[in-house]
Amino acid sequence: MPSRARALVVLPLASLAALALSSCGALVDAPSSSSSVAASDGASGGADASVAINATDTACEVAKTDLPGGVTTFSITNGGSQVTEVYVYDGDRIVTEKENIGPGTSYDLTVDLTEGKYEVACKPGMVGDGIRQAIAVTGGSTELTAAEQTAVDAYRAYVQQQADATVPLVQQLRDAIAAGDRAKAQSLYAPSRVGWESVEPVAESFGDLDPRMDIREADLEPGQQFTGWHRLEKALWQNEDLAAVVPVADQLLLDVKELAQRVPNAAITPNSIGNGAKELLDEVATGKITGEEEAFSHTDLVDFKGNVDGAQKAFEVLTPIVQTADPKLVTELTTQFAAVQAALAPYADATGPAASGGYVSYDTVTEEQRRELARVVDALSEPLSQLGAAAAGQA
Amino acid sequence: MALGTGTDSGTGTTTTSAAAAPSTRVSRRGLLAALGSGAVGAGLVGAGVLAAEVSGRSPSSSGSAGSGDPSTDGGSSAVVPFHGEHQAGIATDVQANLHFAAFDVTATSRDDLVALLQDWTAAAVALTAGKEVGEGGASSGKPLAPPSDTGEAVDLHANRLTLTVGAGPSLFDSRFGLSAARPAALVDLPAFPADALVPERSDGDLCVQACADDPQVAVHAIRTLTRIAAGRAAVRWAQLGYGRAATVDPNAPTPRNLFGFKDGTANPAASDTATLDDQVWVQRGDESGAAAWVVGGSYLVARRIRMHIETWDRTSLQEQEQVIGRTKGAGAPLGHAGEHDSFDPKTLPASSHVRLAHPTLNGGAQMLRRGYNFTDGTDGLGHLDAGLFFLAYQRDVRKAFIPIQTALARQDALSEYLEHTASGVWAVFPGVPEGGYLGQQLLST
Repeated sequence: MPSRARALVVLPLASLAALALSSCGALVDAPSSSSSVAASDGASGGADASVAINATDTACEVAKTDLPGGVTTFSITNGGSQVTEVYVYDGDRIVTEKENIGPGTSYDLTVDLTEGKYEVACKPGMVGDGIRQAIAVTGGSTELTAAEQTAVDAYRAYVQQQADATVPLVQQLRDAIAAGDRAKAQSLYAPSRVGWESVEPVAESFGDLDPRMDIREADLEPGQQFTGWHRLEKALWQNEDLAAVVPVADQLLLDVKELAQRVPNAAITPNSIGNGAKELLDEVATGKITGEEEAFSHTDLVDFKGNVDGAQKAFEVLTPIVQTADPKLVTELTTQFAAVQAALAPYADATGPAASGGYVSYDTVTEEQRRELARVVDALSEPLSQLGAAAAGQA
Repeated sequence: MALGTGTDSGTGTTTTSAAAAPSTRVSRRGLLAALGSGAVGAGLVGAGVLAAEVSGRSPSSSGSAGSGDPSTDGGSSAVVPFHGEHQAGIATDVQANLHFAAFDVTATSRDDLVALLQDWTAAAVALTAGKEVGEGGASSGKPLAPPSDTGEAVDLHANRLTLTVGAGPSLFDSRFGLSAARPAALVDLPAFPADALVPERSDGDLCVQACADDPQVAVHAIRTLTRIAAGRAAVRWAQLGYGRAATVDPNAPTPRNLFGFKDGTANPAASDTATLDDQVWVQRGDESGAAAWVVGGSYLVARRIRMHIETWDRTSLQEQEQVIGRTKGAGAPLGHAGEHDSFDPKTLPASSHVRLAHPTLNGGAQMLRRGYNFTDGTDGLGHLDAGLFFLAYQRDVRKAFIPIQTALARQDALSEYLEHTASGVWAVFPGVPEGGYLGQQLLST
């Protein structure tokens, strides 16, 4: 399901890295004088590149305006007389920012940028639109190590495979709805979503597709049309006239085809793969465990399984990268993924009604059972939240 | 700033903090090694990163807590020492706020349980000193990773935070090989008349009592320990409390419970070490063999006691005083003028609360009560879901809480206005020496 917060945060984001942290032992986020050595804090690693920004009262000088994709640290120095702030914009969207940079002080601002055009804005006096400098981020592949490229390629292939496999399933769902065969359409509903659920963070990165395809009725804004899977779900389980939603099914089919076509151009980095895995478990924690995702069909456990499988795939392709720097994280995640899969297994139900998609209906799962599921999900999610940083070389 | 960018913690305006963070930074590995936990297992990864001690909350900066000179007694940065013969948070002047949590241990190996308690100890040392936890704390860590410290207590100082940890009867089952170490005094509480206990918010393998003079500091502590525990222990139930309903300082005014009466008048004083040894701390010889680890510890009984506030409020002053056995204003025993006047409990109404709970009618048994008032919204019927979260420390529950509660539940006129909805008993670990960890006396044998 689309979340408003995520729509604002398509890119994995970075925050500031405090300056001179390791060199002088200052442990709080305090500006350092520019006369002191502005060493990077050492937390960064891997392909992290540093780009100087000289922010003065009249200029916003970015040392390098053509950047490779991946993690970049902007080393900002306020060479002016006013307190300033520096933003990185993607169109109107703030990718990252640092406020309150005093005259003569410096800050490091670390961000993971995917391919695209951005603007750096310096705002002396912290007012107005600021002095803008366009920057372009290209590819990213050229800067990846061989192991990182292997991971990105493997994950892209997985996403492509999942997206491709979804097309015929949605075609069948659409055909059953068009034929007015409710029972058959119900049995095809949950399976048609598995591919989507396993690669949802990539699909969401396209921005426009997710709200059309996966919005829940409760999340509609005034005037927003209710479309996508959950519109079909409601029609199928609430005994609505199916002929009325054939156009919705037609559009969904077009959308899944578009998704499959756009995967080759999706911005994928080791960091985004790792963060995507965390986001999939966030989906489980906030949507599936609560039973909110599939309010009519109660096929939440099918989505749950798709989310976990997608996250596990992300972890697997990143494992060679993370293994060296943080072997304990790999061991822990291996253990906790197995625990979640084991906790989910007893709910598999191949003999149940076809409409259940291979798992028991979630309205039969008791509060106590949901709590047990929540616990294993929490146990996985906490270490999984470290994977994105580890994959970006910040192990 | 834009929602979700997570870039600026707002500390950019802090200008003088660096000097306030002395060289207390200890690396995670260094700290854990110092704790004798060289063999930290895989269970530590990720969450375990949180457990190291780092920088200060810069107590001399910003002044946002408005405490004047916090180094003087009673300021918000006042620190209760974590290490000692007994755990802090028992014979400690009662702080204003409580966050209590009971945990189920989900780890299956004793090594993981030990690692959890070691990580909790490291975090507790930092938290009770008013410091952020984990490498980089709340805002100086790896920018692409979640912050180690969740941040809501930054600038709030220690506020006399104490963290007090105990082990429930269920920890001594077969999972961790501890069954022989279960103290004889750690009995399962019997069912008392009129109990209305909710199993999901009773008991627990471990308990943590977080008390502080700022509610957010206490909540931050439980949240942090919960996060560290991921994969090894999960919160079973929890309770927030406010308005200390007891004191261990005989010179402080006795606080009032939600019935409007002074509560805890007869509590042992923290300075009365003889009474504490006699009534609160487990003594050498109390337990033998594998259970002797509990010497220096105590037993905690927690009861969530729902008060029927509305019916109480419709009760006449005279009846309220007869039910309690004290005057409402001064808190004096009925027939006396002063709260601390000595009295013969037999002169009080036979079913009055104070008489029934009096030590002379209970074999001399006393408990150190440390309860808090709670208000958890309403019960859905428009009535306050409120009452007393009763916390009582004692040397032996078989001689103190159980007989006293048995008498109260049968005869206490107050019972009409009370409903016990949650319950638990724990053997509270002895104090942690420098370099040791919570429960080491139990788990290192």
